[in-house]
Amino acid sequence: MTAASAGYGKALDLITRVRGVRGAMLVSAEDGIVVAEQLMEGIKGPAVSALAASLATRLRRAMEAAGVGASLFWHLQAEQGALLVVPTPGGGGTLVVAVAEPDVNVGLVRLELLRAAEVVA
Amino acid sequence: MADEIKTLSSQLAQDPDSLVFLRLGELLRQKGHLDTAHRVAVTGLERHPHLPDAHDLYARILADKHDYERAFDEWDMALRIAPDHVGALKGLAFLYFKVGDVQQAAAHLEAAQRAAPNDPGVAQALAMARGGGTEESGAAAPEGRGTEALIEPEPIAPAAQPLEEARVFAGLEGAQEGLLLLDASGRVLGGALKDPSGGDVTDAVAAYLAGVSQEAARTVKLLGLGKWTGLAAEGHLGHVHLAPPTGDALLLVVRDRAVPMGRLAIIAQRAALAARRWLEAHA
Repeated sequence: MTAASAGYGKALDLITRVRGVRGAMLVSAEDGIVVAEQLMEGIKGPAVSALAASLATRLRRAMEAAGVGASLFWHLQAEQGALLVVPTPGGGGTLVVAVAEPDVNVGLVRLELLRAAEVVA
Repeated sequence: MADEIKTLSSQLAQDPDSLVFLRLGELLRQKGHLDTAHRVAVTGLERHPHLPDAHDLYARILADKHDYERAFDEWDMALRIAPDHVGALKGLAFLYFKVGDVQQAAAHLEAAQRAAPNDPGVAQALAMARGGGTEESGAAAPEGRGTEALIEPEPIAPAAQPLEEARVFAGLEGAQEGLLLLDASGRVLGGALKDPSGGDVTDAVAAYLAGVSQEAARTVKLLGLGKWTGLAAEGHLGHVHLAPPTGDALLLVVRDRAVPMGRLAIIAQRAALAARRWLEAHA
């Protein structure tokens, strides 16, 4: 195991240990490819990562155009769960992504995503 | 009135826990001294946070300052404490009229009438809501009249009607600078967006958001999460919230970072309701 992949595993551990989190991924923001993942069975990592990266790009451009700056955290809410995303700081080009149950503690996941992003960056 | 204000101010100075702040705040509001009234109401609320009349007073002042979202919250809070509070029921009816929801306005007025059957203002407003009207019913609400429009009901419902026809988010805070309704192709249906320097960024933002609704729907479908209900994003200088008022349309709410994400979600819910109603009316 390389130091980088061990670091990625540690970063994902921070997120998946939160109750209600079904999985976490590191995704390349540029092309939507999965860099590392810890997902529960049944979650289609590569497809979700591609769509998450595409959404992140659109959102970043829209937010910059609106004058609110680049996104620090975003949260796609759905009837039966949520996708939570933090881009790594400093324009590193990686998204830290969590898939969660609907009743997850969003504030806690956000904190762990931000911590994981620091680790990855 | 000036003498009474002076007397009440003096009484309040002597006994800051006194309830005279209610009368003092209302008199100041009626005189148009909204900032002073605001201070009196906030100080009173700090000392009496569970007093429904205090929330009602604060809501009236906020409504006069055109801060309708917070006024809604305050009247809502007054009703949570006292479900039959006539002032709060009338206030919420006023706000519902402003966004064109005559049905909800009438429901609140009916509740107010049950609580205060002899209040002529409520009866008159209710008659208007039910389509009765009076000779003055075509008059527009005069500027600066604030919540008095409900107590003197003739201007309310008729004023809301043409406004709604023209603007999706009429009556909602930020309707022309922080609320945007788009179709699936990113075409603007209503609202407008300005950046912090005041520049119009409506079209640029709309273009970037084209297709976001479909992409969000695909993502949650892939994850087996049902329908997407919202997308909240935190930026360096502000927050945004996206919501699908109907299947294809997309609503965007933008506020600065002072507005917490949770509050933004509530604002977005209200705006989505207005957008859905407008879309249904124009379908």
